[in-house]
Amino acid sequence: MSDTHAQTVAFVRDTMLPEQPPPASEAGVIKWMRENLFKGWFNSILTIVALYFIFKIVTGAYPWFANGIWTTSSLAECREMLDGMTGACFSVLTERWNQLLFGFTYPPEAYWRPTLAFVLLIVAIAPVLYPKAPRQLLVFTGIYPFVAYWLIWGGTLLAPLMILAGLIAGYFAFKQFERQSFAMGMLAGLVAAIVVIWAGGIIPASLPDALALQAVQSRDLGGFMLNMILGTVCVSLSLPLGILLALGRQSSMPIIKWICVIFIEFIRGVPLITLLFVANVVLAYFFPPGSNIDLVLRVIIMITMFSAAYIAEVIRGGLAALPRGQYEAADSLGLDYAQATRLIIMPQALKISIPGIVNVAVGLFKDTTLVSVISMFDLVGMIRGPILASTEWNGVYWELWGFAVFLFFIVCFSISKYSQWLERQLATDHR
Amino acid sequence: MKKLAILGAMTVAGLSAGVASAATLDDVKARGKLNCGVTTGLVGFAAPNANGEWEGFDVGVCRAVAAAVLGDPTAVEFVPTTGKTRFTALASGEIDMLARNTTWTFSRDVDLGFEFVGINYYDGQGFMVPKELGVSSAKELDGATVCIQTGTTTELNLADFFRANNISYEPVPIETNAEAQPLYLEGACDVYTTDASGLAATRAAFENPSEHVVLPEIISKEPLGPLVRHGDNQWGDIVRWTLNALIAAEELGVTSANVAEMSASAGSNPEINRLLGTEGTLGEMLGLEADWAKKAIMAGGNYGELFEKNIGENTPIGLARGLNAQWTEGGLLYSPPFR
Repeated sequence: MSDTHAQTVAFVRDTMLPEQPPPASEAGVIKWMRENLFKGWFNSILTIVALYFIFKIVTGAYPWFANGIWTTSSLAECREMLDGMTGACFSVLTERWNQLLFGFTYPPEAYWRPTLAFVLLIVAIAPVLYPKAPRQLLVFTGIYPFVAYWLIWGGTLLAPLMILAGLIAGYFAFKQFERQSFAMGMLAGLVAAIVVIWAGGIIPASLPDALALQAVQSRDLGGFMLNMILGTVCVSLSLPLGILLALGRQSSMPIIKWICVIFIEFIRGVPLITLLFVANVVLAYFFPPGSNIDLVLRVIIMITMFSAAYIAEVIRGGLAALPRGQYEAADSLGLDYAQATRLIIMPQALKISIPGIVNVAVGLFKDTTLVSVISMFDLVGMIRGPILASTEWNGVYWELWGFAVFLFFIVCFSISKYSQWLERQLATDHR
Repeated sequence: MKKLAILGAMTVAGLSAGVASAATLDDVKARGKLNCGVTTGLVGFAAPNANGEWEGFDVGVCRAVAAAVLGDPTAVEFVPTTGKTRFTALASGEIDMLARNTTWTFSRDVDLGFEFVGINYYDGQGFMVPKELGVSSAKELDGATVCIQTGTTTELNLADFFRANNISYEPVPIETNAEAQPLYLEGACDVYTTDASGLAATRAAFENPSEHVVLPEIISKEPLGPLVRHGDNQWGDIVRWTLNALIAAEELGVTSANVAEMSASAGSNPEINRLLGTEGTLGEMLGLEADWAKKAIMAGGNYGELFEKNIGENTPIGLARGLNAQWTEGGLLYSPPFR
């Protein structure tokens, strides 16, 4: 066998050739560019046109940024320093930095409070958003709303503590009666919470200065802080409310079903701006003159109702997408309605609804700027009203609006990135 | 939206007429603060500065009333209102008075149930165009696109003016003055129309003010003044006479610099004595202390001082006194006598 070749073939290589690098056109940057940028004449033209426009934009915008002035105290001084050159007047951002973030009436010596509340917010939502975060942090998440309220609005710590105590009492009452039935538990919990909060209300009223921070009126809140407050509060409130509405709409009990249907359809049929006007001007007439319900609270209620209706419809989509078999499987295990919903239906329905919920959340966060129309000074309200109306900064537009765009983009883009990550985490089906 | 706000204001003004007629003076004194409605921001008239303190010509009126009633010009809670929320805020009792360059018109006074207590600025609607358009009169503006603030009387005046002259225009509705400036500069509209004071302020903020002209036509009367609710005449009198005190003080030569000295003892001019409370009982008639007017003048100076400090010729806005000079100097300011 072995000598057959020895007679027919002159040379047989008995070692492997060393690997050659691939041709330059098939590797690295050149290959990537060929495949992605210059594949065919049409793509090549598009690439060149796009490059031209990018070049124009960058060279056009670069001097504006590079010549930017950060230290003057008015637009006129900016123009004097620029002396006819193209350049941005970023001084408005440095001079009005605190106003853009906190509004113009929040006491400056208390700026650390909302800042701290924001830092704590990141700690508090970590265990909710990331399954890997330590579970013990969930306790802090539960306490956080009360701490944040105390930090931002000030006043005595006892008032939020009493409400917290009421909720804890309600929870224990719920646990006590949950064995009998879910509805019984809810009722007992509600009664216990109301009793404790009502009875406990006497303590903060009698000790208004115990553990008190300087109190801040709601109308003194402003700037991006107000957008963040409205966004976080309304999203976190409207999610549970939306779930309840979605379940109510699917309910077989006609009264509950129709209440939910009418609520959802009514709210979805009305523009948010109208609801805000109602909150601002009309509600005031229905209360006696002295009992002025806090404007921020009124707005939070309206925005929450609005987004809850939308989230309810998103979740209803998730519920409808679940195969009937899941409901039947839950029934056949002997679970009652509350258990089946909590353990079988909702986890799956919510997973399907994530993109829709995130969509509503991002939209809601941006919609918080609408409050500027009812003369609240959120970021947009601050820019449109006080800053552009001051004699120093009358006429600065690109810098201010660019800053607002930048802030909103950061938040909305992170929400969207997070939701994509979450979907990948929850992808248990192998499609 | 504008219709909505006005309709709301009307319906509700009717509903709440009984509710809000309680004595505003007592409310203010009990609260220790005056709730004064101002604009969300208008150059020279009302805007918060870098420290968050409100400044401006309308703000000066609020401070004067607070000083007269409570003795403290800083005891004011400024409630910012937009063109759409201002009347409901006043009708619902959220604010005690509105000083938000609001034009005194028949329907606002009679139909909406408010009481204009006087005029603190005589304005009129004008037009601003780029010089390169080559227009020298508003009557040449046929077919022009016009930037106009919604919910204001300027909108109605504009329609009247163009209809009366039988020429057409295309409105570009905008919300605030701040919004109008970039739109106008970028050429989204050929013409910007608002009160002449606003035009002057806007033009002063441009990079090249000389490239724009304000046309000679003033197409409307815009008497701007503070207002209160119908039904509490005592409170209306207080705001009215505080404004009159500021105007009379300028006429009589009482300034924030010399008012302390002049009010120390009765001087030779009996009207000044009555105004400053060294003679007579004018303060008592209003339900205020005898030196109410002195405190109001000390808050920010007399009318002329307020004008010069906030919108006068030495400010970036640079408005001339014009119609807003004293009647003795050819203007329209004419305070009834203090007697």
